[in-house]
Amino acid sequence: MSTTTPAPARALNASRTTATAARVLRQLRHDPRTIALMVLIPCVMLFLLRYVFDGSARTFDNIGASLLGIFPLITMFLVTSIATLRERTSGTLERLLAMPLGKGDLIAGYALAFGTLAIVQSALATGLAVWFLGLDVTGSPWLLLLIALLDALLGTALGLFVSAFAASEFQAVQFMPAVIFPQLLLCGLFTPRENMHPALEAISDVLPMSYAVDGMNEVLKHTDMTAAFIRDTAIVAGCALLVLTLGAATLRRRTQ
Amino acid sequence: MMNYSSRPPEEPAVHAQDLTVVRGPRTVLRGLDFTVPRGQITGLLGPSGCGKSTLMRAVVGTQAKVTGTLDVLGSPAGHPTLRTRIGYVTQAPSVYDDLTVRQNLDYFAAILDPGRAAADRRHENVTRAIADVDLTTHADALAGNLSGGQRSRVSLAVALLGAPELLVLDEPTVGLDPVLRRDLWQLFHTLATERGATLLISSHVMDEAERCHRLLLMRAGGILADDTPDALRTRTGSDTVEAAFLHLVDEAIAAGRTKETTR
Ligand SMILES: Nc1ncnc2c1ncn2[C@@H]1O[C@H](COP(=O)(O)OP(=O)(O)OP(=O)(O)O)[C@@H](O)[C@H]1O
Ligand SMILES: [Mg+2]
Repeated sequence: MSTTTPAPARALNASRTTATAARVLRQLRHDPRTIALMVLIPCVMLFLLRYVFDGSARTFDNIGASLLGIFPLITMFLVTSIATLRERTSGTLERLLAMPLGKGDLIAGYALAFGTLAIVQSALATGLAVWFLGLDVTGSPWLLLLIALLDALLGTALGLFVSAFAASEFQAVQFMPAVIFPQLLLCGLFTPRENMHPALEAISDVLPMSYAVDGMNEVLKHTDMTAAFIRDTAIVAGCALLVLTLGAATLRRRTQ
Repeated sequence: MMNYSSRPPEEPAVHAQDLTVVRGPRTVLRGLDFTVPRGQITGLLGPSGCGKSTLMRAVVGTQAKVTGTLDVLGSPAGHPTLRTRIGYVTQAPSVYDDLTVRQNLDYFAAILDPGRAAADRRHENVTRAIADVDLTTHADALAGNLSGGQRSRVSLAVALLGAPELLVLDEPTVGLDPVLRRDLWQLFHTLATERGATLLISSHVMDEAERCHRLLLMRAGGILADDTPDALRTRTGSDTVEAAFLHLVDEAIAAGRTKETTR
């Protein structure tokens, strides 16, 4: 066929990436309620949890720390999958891809924007949990924040990826139970992964959220960075990068 | 009747040979041959569903399953270097509803002409594009709060950023009032005569056809005629392009029937 030429692989363009991130944040700024919900819901849930487990501080420590890793993943997954789906259905994606915007620029722009938001969300939730609700972390709260941020990136990546397979907002929302719930059940939040049926434990070994929760628990129990913590963060970061790349591959300049 | 100075023959802006596009189960464009001359307005007319938007998507390089030859501004359609040289307006306005008019344009301008050094030039381009589509008084309104016609003008303004050599406009004047339509057509003519831009404009409205330098009349995925409005009227002995078009459609249907009966 004489009409296609493969686009040359290009490095990221910093200006276009930041312009995209700024645009996504600007869109959110016109929607303050979404921002408020994103930032406040994790705090409210932690607050509730603290008093649900009023009698057993140890349980709150475990579940609270795990949730600090899970919230950013879920919110960023939802927000990203809807935002990119809207980009696809409104025709702006077709327009952008007819312009000199690299697919990587677009994906990195989204990751940057939602990553920024995730930092705000996680900082507030972590601060509340550690200083006001008495979450007892042995390690540094900064490490909690680091995992939370990587989780947010993973959520963004999964959301981008999944939006390629959703034809409507209804479908996009249904991907949350499909993609997130199994991970939630198997990540060790409800019962330690070692206690699960071996088959389920094996599945949980290949799901990235398990490592996010493991990493959180490492910080909870150890004063300094353990080898396990480094392995867990590396796995979460690697998964995020892998899924982001897959997400970029789902963006097609030429469509039916 | 309008007269336009004839330009020296040069390489056309778009050259198609045996252009075929398959969408889903249907062959939407079947073996088209046509050229779009540079520096002129070429109108693309035809009934709903005949393949106008598909042809435009092929030219800008967003359509999959295109076969045949399609050269645009000297490169194969969809070539990465063409992305800064073509302005494209999709049929449905494609802008961000939750951004203001200016924020929309600022973003697309930053994609076309990135970098801090270009900030002043971008600001100028954005202000000019907003003025071109007569939205200066609404520059700070959210695109989602605009009327349908206003939103499609924002979409048009995006395509005017960065002075592209080829403008591909899919029904840019649908739903606009006569005054605005006249102003936009004046703008299109200015773009062609003063900036030397090539415009490929699709339309349903036949009176707009009279304002084009050349016309591509389409029907059912084929090209019915490729000529100037004057020549079309003369050839068919009609007073208007609309009558000429209907004449050609009847002719094509009749030809189809004879083919069937002789088979
Ligand atoms: N996404 C799609 N998948 C499959 N077929 C499609 C798709 N989009 C359009 N078609 C078909 O392609 C044909 C041409 O469509 P196209 O949008 O190019 O028409 P058009 O001339 O622009 O019509 P209109 O004037 O109504 O905009 C139609 O028969 C339509 O059914
Ligand atoms: Mg159309």
